[in-house]
Amino acid sequence: MAVSQTRNLGLPLINLLRLKGVPILQQLHLEERLLRTSSDNWCIINDGTIDPTIVMGVSGKPQELLEIESILRDDIPVIRRFTGGGTVIVDQGTIFVTFICNKDTVPGLQSYPQPIMSWSSLLYKKVFQGIGDFRLRENDYVLGDRKFGGNAQSITKNRWVHHTSFLWDYEISNMGYLKLPKRAPEYRQARDHLEFICRMKDYISRSSFIDSTIEAVGSEFLLRSAELEDAHCTLGSKFEPSSRLLRKQELGEAIFKSLTASQS
Amino acid sequence: MALRMWASSTANALKLSTSASRSALASPAFSLARSFSTGIFAVLEGFKYASSHEWVKHDGPDHLGEVVFVELPEEGKSVSQGNSFGAVESVKATSDINSPISGEVVEVNTKLSESPGLINSSPYEDGWMIKVKPSNPSELESLMGAKEYTKFCEEEDASH
Repeated sequence: MAVSQTRNLGLPLINLLRLKGVPILQQLHLEERLLRTSSDNWCIINDGTIDPTIVMGVSGKPQELLEIESILRDDIPVIRRFTGGGTVIVDQGTIFVTFICNKDTVPGLQSYPQPIMSWSSLLYKKVFQGIGDFRLRENDYVLGDRKFGGNAQSITKNRWVHHTSFLWDYEISNMGYLKLPKRAPEYRQARDHLEFICRMKDYISRSSFIDSTIEAVGSEFLLRSAELEDAHCTLGSKFEPSSRLLRKQELGEAIFKSLTASQS
Repeated sequence: MALRMWASSTANALKLSTSASRSALASPAFSLARSFSTGIFAVLEGFKYASSHEWVKHDGPDHLGEVVFVELPEEGKSVSQGNSFGAVESVKATSDINSPISGEVVEVNTKLSESPGLINSSPYEDGWMIKVKPSNPSELESLMGAKEYTKFCEEEDASH
């Protein structure tokens, strides 16, 4: 006991919230609330989300990013989240890991996008040590040259959030809802989705990934287990999160915009 | 004292802009000569800056990257010193933009919705974000001068 206490002296405290199957919109609302109204550090792990859902970044344009007619036909929900970045389709095969920290929590870390991205990649490097050729490639986590983790961030005056959706597994058919994005990392080299991404399940089991991630977080923070009720208790009641579900009408209007654009 | 003055029909309005070379997070820095309307965007004598990096044409590393989207308030909205009034998106990150002063938004740069990259390419000219009518001119006293700001940036980079 004395040894572990000594080891943990000086490490910043982080609340570890483990969830399973929480709907992604609920997770995003929780994250945004914790970013804006909590002063604690948080690590949230959500092991899968119930229904296949498309999640765009804050400035995502449906007509450019999505196969809207298929999405409307199949009744796939589309969310615009509060962080930047690209578009993903998430489901039960997705594992989400989020860090919400005060800007001075990690010693020497500047709260700008690239330093935070680099810091996170060093943490995950520990997870994949001896398992695969893991690296941060531009802003993605890759094994070899294939992406398996997409990142996004939001940075405020005193805090930041860095969240990742990991493709532990995915449905090939779901990738058909996403267009090839105009803005893509150079290393993608115009590969379509199935040539560009890979499944984490080919390298590591679900439980091993989560356990190793928690261990890696524990090497940099003093972990305190939290429950969902704890997170809700700390939250300011007046805050309104901005992540939202797009209405079908909005998606319909986006089809019209894309038709108009192609005719002009 | 070199001072850039912009003719404006709105008395005492301040133009706020940002430098994409720094986080667009903290209060945008701007220079104001009391009763003048100004568009202020460079580390020049006569300009003042907040502790949070927005105006400066800084030759150091680009911390934010290419701005791809800007979210700005509507005209008539109030802004308050040190608090967020909008956000910029750069690749994967959204970053709050905080106001260096309190006041009312009197004009918004609509060019930024189609051309958010103006914040990178022309932070002191076409990349201005909002014009603010200050409600408390004494807030300007808390802002830094050019030399002080340059030193602040250098010290901040050195400490990480």
